[in-house]
Amino acid sequence: MSTTPAQAGWRFKAPSVIPGFGLTLGFSLAYLTLIILIPLAGLLWRSASLGWADFWAIATDERTVKALEVSFGTAIVAALVNVVFGTIVAWILVRYRFPGRRIVDAMVDLPFALPTAVAGIALTTLYAPNGWIGQLLMPLGIKVAYTPLGIVIALIFIGLPFVVRTVQPIIEEIDKEVEEAAATLGANRWQTISRVLLPGLAPAIVTGFALAFARGVGEYGSVIFIAGNLPYVSEIAPLLIVIRLEEYDYAAATAIASIMLGLSFAMLLVINLIQSWSRKRYG
Amino acid sequence: MEVRVSNVRKEFATFPALHDVSLDIKSGELIALLGPSGSGKTTLLRLIAGLEEPTRGQIYFGDQDASHRSIQERNVGFVFQHYALFRHMTVADNIGFGLKVRPGATRPSKADIRRRATELLNLVQLPGLENRYPAQLSGGQRQRVALARAMAIEPKVLLLDEPFGALDAQVRRELRRWLREIHEATGHTTVFVTHDQEEALELADRVVVMSQGRIEQVGTADDVYDHPTSPFVYGFIGDSSTLPVKVENGQVWVSDRPIGLPITSGEPDGPATLYFRPHEVDLLDDCGGCIAGTVVASRRVAGTRRVELEIGGGRERVEIELPIEHAATQKSRIAFRPRRWKVFPTA
Repeated sequence: MSTTPAQAGWRFKAPSVIPGFGLTLGFSLAYLTLIILIPLAGLLWRSASLGWADFWAIATDERTVKALEVSFGTAIVAALVNVVFGTIVAWILVRYRFPGRRIVDAMVDLPFALPTAVAGIALTTLYAPNGWIGQLLMPLGIKVAYTPLGIVIALIFIGLPFVVRTVQPIIEEIDKEVEEAAATLGANRWQTISRVLLPGLAPAIVTGFALAFARGVGEYGSVIFIAGNLPYVSEIAPLLIVIRLEEYDYAAATAIASIMLGLSFAMLLVINLIQSWSRKRYG
Repeated sequence: MEVRVSNVRKEFATFPALHDVSLDIKSGELIALLGPSGSGKTTLLRLIAGLEEPTRGQIYFGDQDASHRSIQERNVGFVFQHYALFRHMTVADNIGFGLKVRPGATRPSKADIRRRATELLNLVQLPGLENRYPAQLSGGQRQRVALARAMAIEPKVLLLDEPFGALDAQVRRELRRWLREIHEATGHTTVFVTHDQEEALELADRVVVMSQGRIEQVGTADDVYDHPTSPFVYGFIGDSSTLPVKVENGQVWVSDRPIGLPITSGEPDGPATLYFRPHEVDLLDDCGGCIAGTVVASRRVAGTRRVELEIGGGRERVEIELPIEHAATQKSRIAFRPRRWKVFPTA
C-alpha cells in the first residue's frame, strides 16, 4: 500500500523509532562487501589485467559466444517452462485437497536438497538413448541427453522449486471473494484467470522467473552430465570456465566469468525494474 | 425483478445451514436479512446470488426457476463485505469489468464503457477518481466503487453482504443514508445482510429476522419492533426484559399473585415467559395487581436511568428504564406494570 507519491530523488529512509539504523546498515554493507563485493571485484581485477584487445578476442571467440548462448538460452527456456508449470503446481498445492498433497508439497523442495550431480546422473540415465524415457523418445526422433534439450530438462528440474515457492504464498493470499466477484460480474473461468488472477500473480511470477533463471545460468553440477559438452553445441559457459582453469588460462577464465557476471546483472536489474514498476502500480 | 425463495434447504457437509426457508421479495424492495452470526443470513444471500447451490428447494427470479442457473447467467450485482475490488485495475477498469467480459455481440464499445464508469462514479459521489487504484482509496470509497461495479452490469437484483461491516461508525451512518438515496434513485430490488439491527430497521422496507437457519419473522421495522411474533425476535430486536410467569384463568401470575395483565390473545395455561420493553412501563403507587420488586442496582445509561429489580421469592431480576429525575429512582421498592407486553409459553 503506497499512498505516498513516488520518492523524489535519492534519500535515506527516515530512521524509525527503533534505533540501530546506522549499525544495521553498516553491518549489511561490511557483510556484503566481504561476501560478495570483494570476490567479484577480484574477478574483474583479474580479467582487467588482460588488456582490452585480448579480452575482446576471448569475448568474441566463437566457442565463448556459443557457450554463453547455450547457457543463457537454455536458462531462459527452462525458466519460462518453470513459470508455466511451477505456477500450476503451486495452484494445485494451494487450492486442492487430495491424498498425498503434503508429500507432493515436500517433493517440490527435493531439487534444493539433492546434490546436483546426483540429479544430473539420474536424468542422464533416464534420457540417454537406451534409458527408460530416452528409448521411448528415440523412435520419434527426439534426442534429449547430450543435446541442449537435455540441458533445458536439467535446468527445469533445478529451477522448479524457485517458482513454486515464490508463487505459492501469493496464491494463498488471493481472496476467494475476488474470484466470486468476477463470476457475479459475468466473467467465465478463463476470463477470471487471465484478467483477474494472473495479473495479481504477475509480480511473484516474475520473481520466480528471475530466481529460476539466475539459478539456471549458474548451474554446473547437473548439466555437465546430461549435456554431452560438445563445444559449439552443448557446452555451457561455466564448463568453459572450468576448462580454461584446468588449462591454467586464468585470464580467459576470469574474462568469461566477467561477461557472465555482466549479462546476469543486466538481466536481473531489468527484472527488478519491471517488478518495482508493477509494485508501484498495484500497491 | 421479484425474487421468490421457495422451501430452500442448504446443508454444508451434514450441517444444515438453512431449514426450509421461504421468502417473497417484491420488485424494487429494499430488504434486510438480520440475525446473529450463524443464523444463515449470508448463506441465504449467497444462494440467491448463485454462489451456493441449494440442497433442496427453488429460487425464482420473476417466474423463472433460477436455482440451477450459473452465477454468470443470473445477472446479480453482489457487493462483498471486504469490497473484493481488483487491485491491479484502476477504479474505472474495476467498474467496467462486468461490461468488458461480455461476449462481443453484447459488449459496449470502449468509449461507452468508459462513459458508463464515469456516470456511475458520479452516482456514487466519487467523481474524478477514474484513474486511482483501490489501494489509494479509503474503506468507504472502496465500498462505493464496489457498489458502482455491481450496478454497472444492470443487475436484476442487488445483493450486499454486510456492506458496511468493515467501516467505522461514522462512515457507516453516512453510507446508510447514501445507500437509501441510491436505492430510491435507481429502484433496484436490493437485499442486504447485516447483524446491526439499527442499520436494518433504519434502512430496509422490510426486515427478515433470522435465527439458527430459520426465518423468525418478516415485517416492517414497526412490525418487528412493536409486534414480535417469537421470543427470539423480542429478545433480539431492541432491549427487552423477561420474567418467568404463569398463565391461569385468563390472567398472568407472578408467584401466586395476578399482576393485572389479562390474557387477550388466547395463550394457553401453564408456565410462560413475560416479555416487555424496559422503557414501556407504568409505575404504580399501591400494588393491587402489579409487579413489585426491591431495587438492587441503578445505573445511568445516556438519557435514562436503568433500575434493576428483584422480584418475589424467586429473586428473579428484571430491568426497567426511568427518567433521570424521576422520584421513584430514590425508592428502595418499586411497583410497576408493563404498558405493552407479550407472554410466550415456556417450551
